[in-house]
Amino acid sequence: MSKSFTPGLKILKKFTIFKDRILPIKGSTKVSLNEIVSSDKIVASSKIPGNVRMVNIANELNIDSDNINECLTVKVGEKVNKNQVIAQSKGLFGLFKAEVKSPIDGEISQISDVTGQLVILEPPEPINIDAYIPGEICKIYEEEGVQIKSNGTYVQGIIGVGGEKKGKLKVISKPNESVRIEDINSEHKDCILVIGSFLDYEVYQKAKSVGVTGIITGSFSYNSLSEILGYSLGVAITGTEEQLTIIITEGFGHVEMSQKTFDLLSVNDNKYISINGSTQIRAGVLRPEVFIYDDKIQDDESNQNIDDLVIALNSRIRVIREPFFGKLGTVIDLPHELHKMESGTMTRVAKIKFDDKTEEIIPRTNLEVILSN
Amino acid sequence: MKTEKIKTILATDCGSTTTKAILIEYVENEYRLTFRGESPTTVEAPFEDVTKGVINAIVELEELSGKVILNDDKIISPSDRGKGVDIYISTSSAGGGLQLMVAGVVKNMTGESAERAALGAGAIVMDILASNDKRQYHEKVKRIRELRPDMLLLSGGVDGGTKSHVVEIAEIVQSANPKPRLGINYKLPIIFAGNKDARSAIKNRLSDISDLSIVDNIRPTLDDENLKPSRDKIHDLFMEHVMAQAPGYKKLMSWTHSPIMPTPGAVGEIIKKIASIEKISVIGVDIGGATTDVFSVFNKKFNRTVSANLGMSYSICNVLAETGVKNVLKWVPFEIESDELTNRIANKMIRPTTIPQSLDDLQIEQALAREALSLSFIQHKEFAVSLKGIQKNRTISDTFDQSISGETLVDMMNLNLIVGSGGVLSHAPKRNQAFRMLIDSFLPEGITEIAVDSIFMMPQLGVLSSIHPEAAVEVFNKDCLIRLGTCIAPVGNYVKDKEILKYKIKTSKENLEGELHCGEIKLISLEEKECEIICHPSKNYDVGFGNGNSVTKIIKTGEVGIILDGRGRPIIFNDKEDIIKWSKSTGEFD
Repeated sequence: MSKSFTPGLKILKKFTIFKDRILPIKGSTKVSLNEIVSSDKIVASSKIPGNVRMVNIANELNIDSDNINECLTVKVGEKVNKNQVIAQSKGLFGLFKAEVKSPIDGEISQISDVTGQLVILEPPEPINIDAYIPGEICKIYEEEGVQIKSNGTYVQGIIGVGGEKKGKLKVISKPNESVRIEDINSEHKDCILVIGSFLDYEVYQKAKSVGVTGIITGSFSYNSLSEILGYSLGVAITGTEEQLTIIITEGFGHVEMSQKTFDLLSVNDNKYISINGSTQIRAGVLRPEVFIYDDKIQDDESNQNIDDLVIALNSRIRVIREPFFGKLGTVIDLPHELHKMESGTMTRVAKIKFDDKTEEIIPRTNLEVILSN
Repeated sequence: MKTEKIKTILATDCGSTTTKAILIEYVENEYRLTFRGESPTTVEAPFEDVTKGVINAIVELEELSGKVILNDDKIISPSDRGKGVDIYISTSSAGGGLQLMVAGVVKNMTGESAERAALGAGAIVMDILASNDKRQYHEKVKRIRELRPDMLLLSGGVDGGTKSHVVEIAEIVQSANPKPRLGINYKLPIIFAGNKDARSAIKNRLSDISDLSIVDNIRPTLDDENLKPSRDKIHDLFMEHVMAQAPGYKKLMSWTHSPIMPTPGAVGEIIKKIASIEKISVIGVDIGGATTDVFSVFNKKFNRTVSANLGMSYSICNVLAETGVKNVLKWVPFEIESDELTNRIANKMIRPTTIPQSLDDLQIEQALAREALSLSFIQHKEFAVSLKGIQKNRTISDTFDQSISGETLVDMMNLNLIVGSGGVLSHAPKRNQAFRMLIDSFLPEGITEIAVDSIFMMPQLGVLSSIHPEAAVEVFNKDCLIRLGTCIAPVGNYVKDKEILKYKIKTSKENLEGELHCGEIKLISLEEKECEIICHPSKNYDVGFGNGNSVTKIIKTGEVGIILDGRGRPIIFNDKEDIIKWSKSTGEFD
């Protein structure tokens, strides 16, 4: 039988996470198999080739390109220092020689007798990958990175901006409470704040000014996000923004954080946690995440079951589109036949009993199964 | 297998999110689409095997048709006593499709030719490097390192011309030492299609760091463009490298009876086929969740553009960012705050699979579709141009002719057919809505037929056309193409309420006549699928036969009818009332 899945965000009290920490280019790993690591531990490192600097030797010495090899004083692969002579013309009777000096410290990477150019590579820049979450090294990818296994609480948001951050979790408002500017102070420096309702633009500015590391909020305005970024977010591919990380759990507009999410975060108040705002809503969906390590939680192999995403009778769901956006309920019927919506669209639907006891017909594709344990 | 022996055809399209399967059968002396199934694509974790989604889609076909196609998860072929299929073919855009970087010496000459070859092969062009693109050497190196394309198409220089510029580009690539997107253990495929005299210099620089192929020059002389060798090589490499490394594709390739084609390449094939069989000029559009592809054939010249970030879900906010809130709001027939509008659109971006439940949500989506289509078409018109850099001999008779090389090939007055495809058009609750979206964004002039792809099967028919053109064209005409009707738009100065056209319509059952005024749009629905129309445009207004010249023509009235459009080119908006009035008069939301 063919199956119909819905998108689902994980909101899990107990979760076994397997996190790949991979270098962008080949390098070396710094840990061993089964080693227990902290979130700040460097697990792999490499060197990115330096920037290139091009020197047009033929032009500088006023010679033909195919003659440059006769004038060079360096070879490909040779290290050079800034102001070191790299080429010299023959001059007139050995006199009036013109010279070309290296503009930087680096290594000769190319010499071309077609273009007359010489290319110098700046020294490579080191890159280090940390563990990001505490846990055990469960796999080593030779020269590429490692996989870390860890247990804890795991919450996915719907969209985020900013990359990986670590900090102390501070819950400062409930889902039905608004946050005032004065609620944020210097004690929140380097912390990750939980705002249960709507993140106001002015509150964001205050958080930024006191040095908050990240914010987890129920909702935010798209226009405010554009203002923060300095451009309108056109596609939901984020994570490289250099700013405090924001994770939105529900969506844009004024939507309260789901009680389940809020409760899971609240019980972990003051813990040191890891978050990542990186989002990629394309094939291979990547959602922003919050991970709270807990050494008391045992391995939970059941949490990868994709069948949990199938809509079934009694599934707990959330509506993810107007006009009932954000409402929570339970599936009470799944009629086979197509149903005509107000928009005129004929679609497969589910009958939902909301938590306030009202009932509505909703397109199945506008539902999100809430995965929880 | 000989084509006459092919009676049952299974075709799949593995999209980024959905794998669609169709079954075509030879029934009562004709090829017809008989069943369609779909299933989520399984390229990504936790499945990481495209064939699982293909099998699921086929299982749905089996359930719907009652026919046995699979035996132990293998396609039975050839068919035997009613079981299995005679051929199996597939297209794919899963995993982000084919992503190419192109390079040329002069950006709007060899750079554009290389871009045309790449787009024609169904690729997404990530960037165009050129000697004259004003970026510094190190900036170009950095860009190549960052992008990680699937392959690189390097062109530049005419045969026998100067070598140094194209060699310089090769040296930039050599400095960057680019890595392919899929798998860091593979060498990046690079195609060199430039000055043939530079081949050995290019080999010296790139053969060690890449998987280098050399094909005939894309621009052997300034006056000639030779795209086919590059396109063919892109297709070969797509199969050998990109597809072979995507999860499960090796297995899928062993199942298909012809090479897997990139989806947009296959759609291009079918558009070309329609233009050549019917001897007409065609514009095709496929508006997807992430991208919008526009295809055109004018005077036998085929062009394709892909607007990589103009789509209806993943990149819907980019449509908003590019066109602005004001331009979206002008199409929305009710009042809504800007903040509310942008939040709703952004929520579609983050939950791309949702559909409009309420009428106002549908109207917002269709407003955005108009802008996405319109922006994509503007990009297409700028790209579909005659070759730049050609030297023309001008005579005294050309003195007043301002045409230069590089002019657009798109001529709206001589356009015969617009074909729309993609969810927002194919699945619009009323065909009238699809009709309106297409004419509001493409702004056809004179007499133009409008059609949509019924269930988005053009990709499968495109690849089928390469091995069984007869079956592809038959199914295309009978089951794929839904003819919506004809748009008649007189072109001339806009003078509000001025009469611009008198018309008479004759069918075997009825005769109608009337007038069209500036600012007005009218729908005439008829029972019959064809009619004769006599158009008398007013003085200084043209329906394709010169100002004030009348015409009598047999036109298709399709499922919707004839739309007479007097709103001006571009459309003149006066107030919100206009939108409501136009909507009512064309039966969009009745």
